[in-house]
Amino acid sequence: MTKFRVAETMKEIMAAYYLEAKNAAYNNTPVAWITSGGPVEFLYAMGVIPVYPENYAPMCSITRMSKDLMEVSEAAGYSQDICSYARTDIGADMTQGGPILGLPKPDMLIVGTNICHTVVKWFDVHARKYNVPLFIIDMPYLHDDMTKDAINYVVKQFEAFKGFLSGVLKKPFNEDKFMETLFLAAQVSDLWEKVLAMGKKKPSPINSFDTFIHLAPIVTLRGTQKAVDYYTRFYDELVELSNQGFGSVPDEKIRLLWDNLPIWYKIKYLSEFFAKHSAALVVSTYTNSWAAMQGDIDTDHALEELARAYLSPYINRGFKYRTDYLVKLVEEFSLDGLVFHSDRSCKPYSIGQYIVKEEVTKRTGRPGLIIEADMNDPRVFSDAQFETRAEAFLESFDR
Amino acid sequence: MKYFAGIDVGSLTAKAVVVDENNRILGYHVMPIGQDSFAAGMSAYQQVLNKAGLKREDVLSIVSTGYSRKRFTEATMQKTEISCHAKGVSVIFPGVTTLIDVGGQDSKAMKLGKNGKVLDFAMNDKCAAGTGRFVEVMAHALNLSLDGLSDAALSFKNELSLSSTCTVFGESEVVSLLSQGHTVADIAWAIIKSIADRIVALAKRVGIGQDVAMSGGMAKNRALVARLEDRIGFDILVPDEPQIIGALGAALIAKEEK
Ligand SMILES: Nc1ncnc2c1ncn2[C@@H]1O[C@H](COP(=O)(O)OP(=O)(O)O)[C@@H](O)[C@H]1O
Ligand code: SF4
Repeated sequence: MTKFRVAETMKEIMAAYYLEAKNAAYNNTPVAWITSGGPVEFLYAMGVIPVYPENYAPMCSITRMSKDLMEVSEAAGYSQDICSYARTDIGADMTQGGPILGLPKPDMLIVGTNICHTVVKWFDVHARKYNVPLFIIDMPYLHDDMTKDAINYVVKQFEAFKGFLSGVLKKPFNEDKFMETLFLAAQVSDLWEKVLAMGKKKPSPINSFDTFIHLAPIVTLRGTQKAVDYYTRFYDELVELSNQGFGSVPDEKIRLLWDNLPIWYKIKYLSEFFAKHSAALVVSTYTNSWAAMQGDIDTDHALEELARAYLSPYINRGFKYRTDYLVKLVEEFSLDGLVFHSDRSCKPYSIGQYIVKEEVTKRTGRPGLIIEADMNDPRVFSDAQFETRAEAFLESFDR
Repeated sequence: MKYFAGIDVGSLTAKAVVVDENNRILGYHVMPIGQDSFAAGMSAYQQVLNKAGLKREDVLSIVSTGYSRKRFTEATMQKTEISCHAKGVSVIFPGVTTLIDVGGQDSKAMKLGKNGKVLDFAMNDKCAAGTGRFVEVMAHALNLSLDGLSDAALSFKNELSLSSTCTVFGESEVVSLLSQGHTVADIAWAIIKSIADRIVALAKRVGIGQDVAMSGGMAKNRALVARLEDRIGFDILVPDEPQIIGALGAALIAKEEK
């Protein structure tokens, strides 16, 4: 992984973000726990600090704390078959553990079902414990194309969500601030897309392990000026590096895609492994999802655009869409192959991967590798098993 | 004449092969690994040199493969067993398009192109169901040798099936089938069927062509090969010494890369 100049800034803004969140109660600022695909723009418009258990769980994993935390929730009866983010987060909540000793208490809980339905049950557990209101925005899975009905269905709920927020916070919904937030969110998504598009360069100055790490601000601070400033600088730095001919792995020979969530506790190991084999993961469906969550800003139809954006992430799309999308990425990023992380925890992301892989190979001639693992549960990963599969896959590009 | 060696340090056994420039096998050796995989690899290598009447300095390069390939530090280069089995079988049976390799802890299916190029492969998940280890545990539960289990299975009378593919649960299921009075032969056949099902499912992931070969120690299990042939509907080519195919491939790669 490259140590970019902006990395220091990211550390600072993320530390400031968590500090502000931890101190929210002293400052009388409301806190909402929200899912990664939840519409955060409404919260920023109303001065609510959004906090992401799905950001905290990987923090626990990278710092090697997830296993102990999962053991706590498992001992309390949560099955090992439940998503490891949920198990980590619930364990962290029970013990007030993890790198920042637990998340600040929520005043409300916001769920979007555009990623999965585990989040409904998971946040329900928190709602009962903290006795705070839970607002669920049901964003239907798109088996085929985007439909007007799906968009309208979500728009209706967005309208209700405004009412919910003004009820809980006892003040009218701030439409002006909302518009401003939407503009900032759109700007940051655009910038993120440009950052990710740098992966098309040969050699690529950035790879998926870098983008996994630099994802934190767009997840947590989407809709703020801070995030816009951050990605502006990041993009400029990448352009500068690329102009100097910099490649993220020495001697880039094999260009690959990464599908599904990162394997957080193995990021450094995997990054070194692929670099050693001159293989660069130049694009990932996972990080791309945050570039999709942007609306073209059309002030008259803002909610429709937002609904369309939130229905769009890869994980919310059917197999045909996924296949076509991967085929397109193979072209755009000049890929030699695809790496699919079959994530034991994340069923909605992993389902269909074998079929999609086969279909993409048929259409592009590019081979795929499936790695069985889990994004947060290190007990599921075996170095030797991974290496045998991955090395055989990389060897197949030799001759 | 120049000589090349391949050492396959697997999960249960170490295999060594020496070839000459004309792909001729001058000798091979198979031995159990025991505690120390490096020592086992070295010992297999020394034995094969003795058999071929060669000295270490006669060998131009060595490729190591198998689970503990990285621990065999004598090697000039390391390759995964997938590439090596593919290479090895392509010399013995040119034209094979599907290779099934089942060893002690892994089962693999490969789709092969020209000259042993791996086009696609699939491997068992993180458990020993469908591998040699499974059969060994079951043979132990039945108090049979490996050959004994295979022979018994082939003489079965009644169709029986194991509901568990898990090695641990499978063992207790075998014990309870015995206590219910089922014959050893019928149970042995149920074990073979269970493992064959897992392997066929794996092979289907890469697609099964008409020219199928099998390598790895489990190819020595005649009952398994018979059941697999039944299930996939094609004959399966089995080399005389299926266990050394990985080491042979490694030796051939050592030669090619020189
Ligand atoms: N004579 C035999 N009859 C049946 N099975 C055998 C025989 N010899 C070895 N095997 C099987 O081969 C397996 C070992 O295969 P091998 O390819 O050497 O494994 P690895 O490469 O993982 O060490 C054993 O688990 C055993 O089931
Ligand atoms: S199941 Fe998947 S989408 Fe749902 S919370 Fe877990 S990782 Fe996220």
